[in-house]
Amino acid sequence: MARLELRDLSHSYKPNPVEPADWALKPMTMIWEDGGAYALLGPSGCGKTSLLNILSGLVIPSRGKVLFDDVDVTTLPTEQRNIAQVFQFPVIYDTMTVEQNLAFPLRNRGVEPAKIDARVKEVAAMLELTGDLKRKASGLTADMKQKISLGRGLVREDVRAVLFDEPLTVIDPHLKWQLRAELKRVHRQSKTTMVYVTHDQTEALTFADKVVVMYDGDVVQVGTPQQLFEEPAHTFVGHFIGSPGMNVLPASVAGGVAHIKGNEILLGRSYQPIDSAKRVEIGVRPEFLRLGSGTEGLPVTVKRVEDTGRQKIIRAELDGLPIAALAHEDETVPASGVRLIADPARVHVYADGQLVRA
Amino acid sequence: MEKPLNNRAWFLVMPVALIVAFNAILPLMTVVNYSVQDTFGNNQFFWNGTGWFKDLLDPNAELGGRFLAALGRNVSFSLIILSIEVPLGILVSLCMPKKGPGVAACLVIMALPLLVPWNVVGTIWQIFARTDIGLLGWTVSHLGINYNYTNEFFSAWFTIILMDVWHWTSLIALLCYAGLKSSPDAFYQAARIDGASRWSVFRAIELPKLNRVLLIGVLLRFMDSFMIYTEPFVVTGGGPGNSTTGVSIDLVKIALGQFDLGKAAAMSIVYNLIILSTCWVFYTVMTNVDAPDRPRDAKDGAL
Repeated sequence: MARLELRDLSHSYKPNPVEPADWALKPMTMIWEDGGAYALLGPSGCGKTSLLNILSGLVIPSRGKVLFDDVDVTTLPTEQRNIAQVFQFPVIYDTMTVEQNLAFPLRNRGVEPAKIDARVKEVAAMLELTGDLKRKASGLTADMKQKISLGRGLVREDVRAVLFDEPLTVIDPHLKWQLRAELKRVHRQSKTTMVYVTHDQTEALTFADKVVVMYDGDVVQVGTPQQLFEEPAHTFVGHFIGSPGMNVLPASVAGGVAHIKGNEILLGRSYQPIDSAKRVEIGVRPEFLRLGSGTEGLPVTVKRVEDTGRQKIIRAELDGLPIAALAHEDETVPASGVRLIADPARVHVYADGQLVRA
Repeated sequence: MEKPLNNRAWFLVMPVALIVAFNAILPLMTVVNYSVQDTFGNNQFFWNGTGWFKDLLDPNAELGGRFLAALGRNVSFSLIILSIEVPLGILVSLCMPKKGPGVAACLVIMALPLLVPWNVVGTIWQIFARTDIGLLGWTVSHLGINYNYTNEFFSAWFTIILMDVWHWTSLIALLCYAGLKSSPDAFYQAARIDGASRWSVFRAIELPKLNRVLLIGVLLRFMDSFMIYTEPFVVTGGGPGNSTTGVSIDLVKIALGQFDLGKAAAMSIVYNLIILSTCWVFYTVMTNVDAPDRPRDAKDGAL
């Protein structure tokens, strides 16, 4: 168990990076506290797997340092870092039984047999694999194999962190929920630092205490699921998290009021004038838009209403700009004259994609 | 259930049945027929029952002694070349580059010996190992070692074994290389994380991956080496004495040299049965060894 720190870290797969696009990971500094459950969330190619490989030691970063408990491990090879990794596709040793699989990392490190036995039993109990210890690992289902992979990490008492690289990719949908809940329980029980890479927001938000959202090699926000939802630090986070994502509308902001194509929208706070060279947008989540009546709110044209059974998603246009809103299941959406009212406290202002604070 | 009975479809199989009968069953039956008869030429045959088979399996009989000795030499030869070629092939495959321009070069060079016809391999080594004009023979004998494959037992065996290793190690190496290429990188990364030594990686990841290809490789090499004829025939002619005479060479001597068709037929049948049953036993054992302990219950899946 350890505190992981990335200090001024950046990485490029090219030998002589010049342009910003040459960098797979742009400069970042980050601290992951001991015993925390973190998720690295982002679309494919955003650099999350590169970052994970840097943590595990499979990739050495071009610049900056990786520290485990304030010890510099940047150039240490994987086997000396005391980390564990669960891969996308289950990695198990086919010829061994479940028990031998779990014992393998300890036997390689020359731990005495009695101790290995005790540890294996303990971890098997935690992962609910006790009944399967004597079975051959090759005949098991994908979710059990993933549990064995995790177990091989947890079995080492001194393991500093467990890294997950999209571990649920090959798991059947109905087992995903179950395994995710188990991961969460195992995390609470073992108190090991865990870093979970995924492109699935549900996985990230249910697993992690803190989510690191990555976009194009950059960390755009680190926060609790609630922070990511309520106050996205970047329009990308707004889009990526939430279903449907946040509405982002070009606007001009003056004090406590924003104007979108001649329509006025109240802001909960008062803003300083923003540099005119920057692209100003306001962001508001569909959850914080409600149907209005009379002359209040934004006049929109409803294009489509999607009924998800629990709520209605209104797909509309505001002078040609797409906008989405959520309505209760029992609300009726009139065909014309619809107005949407935003909760002023939930409307955020963005300049060049970055959140502007009042 | 009412099932229409119509066996006319069998006629569709007739052409194949005829061809198989013409090129396999009838010749085989001829051999079986010879094996229970004796002849002194002139196309006159005399019934001999199981006489040849009794002789063949009796170590004290002339035929039996000869057959069992040749069989013993064949078994030793196969075991020796397998115990050299399999580990060596695995080792070579582990050392081959995994990517880059070296791969193509390696594959071509490794494949070359496999493309050389048997009698040409024999001829190459017959000359290569000669002490007067062959590079190998000349060098070894000038090192002060008594090396002469035409009149010395160990030299003869050394030569044919070395020749077989030269000719066929590539086959094992290429098969293993293909097997190794199929294991994803994640396995090696996981092994590093688990702190596995090079030997553990080989035992836990690489060897299990090679299981299947090695099964095929060992079967192929066993059958081939157990039936070997051309190469030792060209190099040593089965000598010195009978020391490199395998069953195939002996069979040809009896059938075509002495024209003892009955003895030769009995010998070929026994020889064939030995090869078939060995391969069957080997295959069955190997496929059972790596079968999973029990399939997952259907009930588990339904719940």
